[in-house]
Amino acid sequence: MVTRKSAVPSALMLIVTFCFLAALYLTLNAQFLAVVQVAVYAGAIMVLVVFVIMLLNIRNEQYTITGNWKTVVGILGVLGILAQIISVFIAATDTLPKHLSESAVQLGTVESVGTKLYTSYAFPFEMASIILIAAAVGAIVLAKKKLT
Amino acid sequence: MSQLIPYIVAAPLVGFLINGFFGGKYKNKAIAGWVASMAVTASFVMAIAVFSEMLSMPAESRAIHYKLFDWLSVGKVNVGISYLIDQLSIIFILVITGVGALIHLYSTGYMKGDPGYTRFFTYLNLFIVMMLQLVMADNYLLTFLGWEGVGLCSYLLIGFWFEENKNNDAAKKAFIVNRIGDFGFLVAMGVMLVTFGSLNFSDVFGAASGMGSGNTSIVIITMMLFLGCTGKSAQIPLYVWLPDAMAGPTPVSALIHAATMVTSGIYLVARSNILFALSPATLTVISIVAICTALLAAIIALFQNDIKKVLAYSTVSQLGYMFLGLGVGAFGAGVFHVMTHAFFKACLFLGSGAVIHAMHHEQDMQKMGGLKKYLPITFATFLIATLAIAGIPPFAGFFSKDEILWKAFSQGSTLLWVLGAFGALMTAFYMFRAVYLTFYGKERFDAAHHPPHEVVPAMWIPLVALAALSVLGGFLGVPKILGGGETISQWLEPIVGKGEEIAAQSQIMQGEGMEIPLVIISVVVALVGILMATRYYKKRTTLASQEQKLGTLYSLSANKFYVDEIYDKTIVQPTYFLSNSILYKIVDVKIIDGIINGSAAGIGQISGMIRKIQTGIVQNYAVMIVVGILVLVSYVLIF
Amino acid sequence: MSSLSNYLIVSAILFMIGASGVMFRKNVIVIFMCVELMLNAVNLTLIAFSQFMGDQSGQILVFFVMTVAAAEAAVGLAIVISVYRNKETVEIDKLNLLKG
Repeated sequence: MVTRKSAVPSALMLIVTFCFLAALYLTLNAQFLAVVQVAVYAGAIMVLVVFVIMLLNIRNEQYTITGNWKTVVGILGVLGILAQIISVFIAATDTLPKHLSESAVQLGTVESVGTKLYTSYAFPFEMASIILIAAAVGAIVLAKKKLT
Repeated sequence: MSQLIPYIVAAPLVGFLINGFFGGKYKNKAIAGWVASMAVTASFVMAIAVFSEMLSMPAESRAIHYKLFDWLSVGKVNVGISYLIDQLSIIFILVITGVGALIHLYSTGYMKGDPGYTRFFTYLNLFIVMMLQLVMADNYLLTFLGWEGVGLCSYLLIGFWFEENKNNDAAKKAFIVNRIGDFGFLVAMGVMLVTFGSLNFSDVFGAASGMGSGNTSIVIITMMLFLGCTGKSAQIPLYVWLPDAMAGPTPVSALIHAATMVTSGIYLVARSNILFALSPATLTVISIVAICTALLAAIIALFQNDIKKVLAYSTVSQLGYMFLGLGVGAFGAGVFHVMTHAFFKACLFLGSGAVIHAMHHEQDMQKMGGLKKYLPITFATFLIATLAIAGIPPFAGFFSKDEILWKAFSQGSTLLWVLGAFGALMTAFYMFRAVYLTFYGKERFDAAHHPPHEVVPAMWIPLVALAALSVLGGFLGVPKILGGGETISQWLEPIVGKGEEIAAQSQIMQGEGMEIPLVIISVVVALVGILMATRYYKKRTTLASQEQKLGTLYSLSANKFYVDEIYDKTIVQPTYFLSNSILYKIVDVKIIDGIINGSAAGIGQISGMIRKIQTGIVQNYAVMIVVGILVLVSYVLIF
Repeated sequence: MSSLSNYLIVSAILFMIGASGVMFRKNVIVIFMCVELMLNAVNLTLIAFSQFMGDQSGQILVFFVMTVAAAEAAVGLAIVISVYRNKETVEIDKLNLLKG
């Protein structure tokens, strides 16, 4: 998705990526989050993004990947960090758990996540809803043509 | 009654605040005058209440401490806003508030119609607050607060008519000269802190009386305190500001530059009498400076033509007498003269103010004359006060001045007495010269067009009151030898007794039984002075001056011994030169500004370089973040 | 079933792809999508750890991350729209008001 010149193919590829991620969640027995991933990300957010792309009707990007100091340094930096992370993982392989925990199936269900959300995390949950409302209002205000 | 003490200060403070904040909004400006006068009168009444309570107590327990709150508490040093009312300070409080109230009343008439009417009374009330602070404090720091405060008020009031540049110059001169003295006070406080570890009177005096006479620290402290006094109380070499201070309105001259502020030096010495008594060297210096000041100022006063200048130099001279009393260890006598002087000098100044008022702001005595019939009340009070200052019995000045002269003879030396008596002769001469030039002889002004008129009651009531005090005030201190009770010395005994006792130990007493002859001589001397003035000035009709025949003496006196010019050449001009040519043009502009501008320019250049990092392109920042993370994580991984 | 480090490596790769997109793309909307991708990479890490260690808190956190991401999407896209309205562009190197 990063290498496409046009934004729309990028968006479509991102949706696919999200779906694959949802599949990965499923392999981890996190059913609830897998569903939410598809619904919220692949569904809601990406639809929004695609709408905006259509609304703005932007030209294709003019960009080159070569010559620029920024590009060289950036790529080197990214690869360096990736190497670091992977080296850390490899060094720590022995200490990491090899298998899913026994309760993994139980932990990923809608029931158990919901129970936890509405009991121990009730307050953050309410805060999250306030954030969402604020964001909705903010988005409307920002996107309006003019304040009256 | 002692709970009234803080309100003595609070009353004029409230007056100051009311006039200061709301003065601009008064529809009728007279309100300001009444508010201010009432405030000072209230504090006078409270002072009397406290005083009468003190009278009913035994002499030893008359000192009242009243602590308001802690002011500074650093380490072992603890300075409070706390007041000490005792026999010494109550005299000053009564004089300040009493004379102050009369002068406030007088000012309501004198300043009428002045555009700065409310401002004037605001300053005047602030002055009273500060002056009370000075005399009521129970530690040197609070005294210093008042000391500086009265200096500020003096500055503000000398430059009250600030439209004229010469008034501003006079104000600045007063302030700067006073600063030199204040420096001495500050040094003294510093040495005191090091030596005694405290600034409270009781601690300092308690610790000092345990030390031997002539202790170096005490000598330094007292010398520096006296330097402060020479500034505030106009002694050689710092007296030069006081004559110029006459640029202020006349009530100010009466209140600040005659009756109260200039006597704060005497208060300070009298308050610290134990310290001064322990330092005979300082006392000697004080005596010498005092007698020189008294004589020099008297000589200058001989041929001044400005009525207020005569009074100003007379004040300097009288302050010299007070310090003479202190210098020979007669602290009580000095304080007594402060009190009587406050009465008659305030009366003289207010009288001169009435004359000036009547003459439409003419101060030159050569253009007056014959005012006796126009200003009968002013003339009568002026004459009484003049008799008092000349030392004619039974007026107030006679007793106080004579006590000082007697102490100068018995505890000092014959020379001090001779010089003092000579000063008294000149005092009588120049004061009566002023009376004759002003009130007698031919009218040397245009009486037909501008007839002088007697002043309003608000102005003559204080005159009469002060004249009455000038007559009666002396009886508080009638010496034993004349059948009196020396009330004032006995009253002050618990405060200054110890200092006088210590001082007496290093003095040779002389003159047993000489008191009566000396008193008679000094009265005769004063009468001679009056007769000389009568001989030369009473009938004078023309101004063709025989004075000029006196040659050198006349020109020296009329030109004030060229002291101002000498100071100008030796101190002011070199200071200007140093400030302008060296400190300003080289040190300030080249070195200090150079350093500042150089560092600013250097930082500007460096930031000009660093600024380029801020490209404004967000993605560059993102790259930097990534590189930063890489570096940081590498650091963590490697080490 | 693959081991935990496989998930983590996938997550790291996804994260770095997102990061390079943020660094190199000019289109603000694409950059925005790359940020979403980075968030998802982190989510994957969280869920993997959560399921392997048997601690549900990780999943709860992911839930909140999604909530905030949704909010962010709404606001961010609104900002993009208003920027486009003012500047007639969504190219990030034309938006250099931060230049010092």
